Amino acid sequence: MRNRRVRTVFSFVGILATLVLLWEGYKAMGAATGGTWPFTDVELPIRTNERSMPHVWDIVSTLFSEAQRGRDELLVTVLLKAALFTFRSALIGFTVGSLVGFGLGVLFVRSGLAERGLMPYVVASQTVPVLAIAPILVVWSGRLDLPIWVPVGAISAYLAFYPVAISTLRGLRSPEATSSELMRSYAATPNQVLFKLQIPAAMPYLFPALKVAATASIIGAIVGELPAGIREGLGRAILSFASSFSSAPEKLFASVLVASLLGIVFVALVTLVERLTIPAGNRLDPNELAMAGQGGAA
Amino acid sequence: MNTLELTGITMVFNQGGANEVTALDGIDLSVAPGEFISLIGPSGCGKSTLLRLVGDLLSPTSGTAQVNSKTPHQARLDRDYGMVFQSATLLEWRRIAENVELPLEVMGVAKAQREATAREMLELVQLEKFSDHYPWQLSGGMQQRVAIARALSFKPSILLMDEPFGALDEMTRERMQMELLRIWEETNTTIVFVTHSIPEAVFLSTRVVVMSPRPGQISDVIDIDLPQPRVFETREDTRFFELLTKVRESLRKVEGEEPGA
Ligand SMILES: Nc1ncnc2c1ncn2[C@@H]1O[C@H](COP(=O)(O)OP(=O)(O)OP(=O)(O)O)[C@@H](O)[C@H]1O
Ligand SMILES: [Mg+2]
Repeated sequence: MRNRRVRTVFSFVGILATLVLLWEGYKAMGAATGGTWPFTDVELPIRTNERSMPHVWDIVSTLFSEAQRGRDELLVTVLLKAALFTFRSALIGFTVGSLVGFGLGVLFVRSGLAERGLMPYVVASQTVPVLAIAPILVVWSGRLDLPIWVPVGAISAYLAFYPVAISTLRGLRSPEATSSELMRSYAATPNQVLFKLQIPAAMPYLFPALKVAATASIIGAIVGELPAGIREGLGRAILSFASSFSSAPEKLFASVLVASLLGIVFVALVTLVERLTIPAGNRLDPNELAMAGQGGAA
Repeated sequence: MNTLELTGITMVFNQGGANEVTALDGIDLSVAPGEFISLIGPSGCGKSTLLRLVGDLLSPTSGTAQVNSKTPHQARLDRDYGMVFQSATLLEWRRIAENVELPLEVMGVAKAQREATAREMLELVQLEKFSDHYPWQLSGGMQQRVAIARALSFKPSILLMDEPFGALDEMTRERMQMELLRIWEETNTTIVFVTHSIPEAVFLSTRVVVMSPRPGQISDVIDIDLPQPRVFETREDTRFFELLTKVRESLRKVEGEEPGA
């Protein structure tokens, strides 16, 4: 276990170092050849100058320089505050979205009619661009005098509920037919089947979906902040650094780094809950699943 | 009063459809309390279907089934059956003892009582040391013993077993057979047991029901008049071999009707 954790850290650092090397290597190559593939006249797809691809150390050092001239707050502080703000909206969206998704999964497994009737809309909801939905929700909730975190949370939930609904349904349906027959032979009520068989069986399916929902809820929150005119979140920061990309590209890259860090932290939190909830033998993890399979194959 | 009374049971799947199958046709069978009945016959002759009809997992197309003088449905609601399938189907997220407790939990038995019963049942199948393990930590044979303990936990009057030892190796299988007979004697349960193994059917049963396919019918019922209790030496008895031959020939007739099967 310990050994594995060490290896996980090593591989994380290793991959990070590789990415940095690739980035800087590509830049160095471009500088050496004058922007073409070596020994050819074919231009590189992405320019390697400081504007398109700042040095990694420039991105890192901009994080630790002042955010704006004359203000002594560091960029990293500003971005982390913004990330925390966005995280709050995302958490609302994640929670609401997951509950709705889970509830839909339960509804669908209980009622074929509900599944046939509603599933097309559930699927269709994800093909509507969130960019279009976001301003609509903002305007609607403005009319209703709702606090501004409501539409942002709703947009975030809108993206988060889908993977949870689909995976919950799949998980609730995952018990073997013989398990359901056993429950039937005990004359179990539908609720007992749900709570003692279907929901526990759905757990290993639920957590991977929650990880997807976690990242989706962040995207939803960032996108939702823009039409809502929220200035404190990552959405605004990314937008304003994007508009000044040509003069200070490293700031946009820095905010991308912080946004992905937020995603990683969120997913790590979900993973932690998963570890605490599901015994190792029953986690939907390739290694452990293979082990469980060996034990279970009779 | 017979434990099981089947009269004129017919089961047609997908009736009227293109893939209509008559799985069972005119099944009559009476089983007295405390009997050990084996169903044997070629694949597809309707053994599982018959078991599932008795267990109210299916309803017959025609004919009547009586279980302890009730409809199978009422008998199921009264929790008269314990079921064991070829795969143990333990719930992976529950420890062994918790798996055994599952039916009791469903039936609303108090926790202390549940735990005591689970302990007793795991002793019966000699797995008391594994009560805190998870299913994947047990071998296939051990898992199957847990499944039996689970089926017995609520003291059903009938045990319906569908090839419960089908996936086990020969050694484990013989040990499990002895264990099942011991449990059968101790608990006084009526057992209906599906198997493909002639020696298993003869060794365990009081009667062997031979079935023929397309449509599934009972072609022969053979009394197994070996002395009780069955012991290891029973398998070396001349009478045991005679009965093996008798069942085998009965089965050959059944399969002989089906050229190329
Ligand atoms: N749910 C079902 N729908 C349609 N046909 C079925 C169904 N269940 C069983 N059958 C058919 O009924 C017949 C009997 O099946 P059954 O499973 O009872 O056979 P079996 O004797 O248990 O066979 P095996 O020894 O292979 O387990 C088969 O022809 C099978 O295809
Ligand atoms: Mg079968």
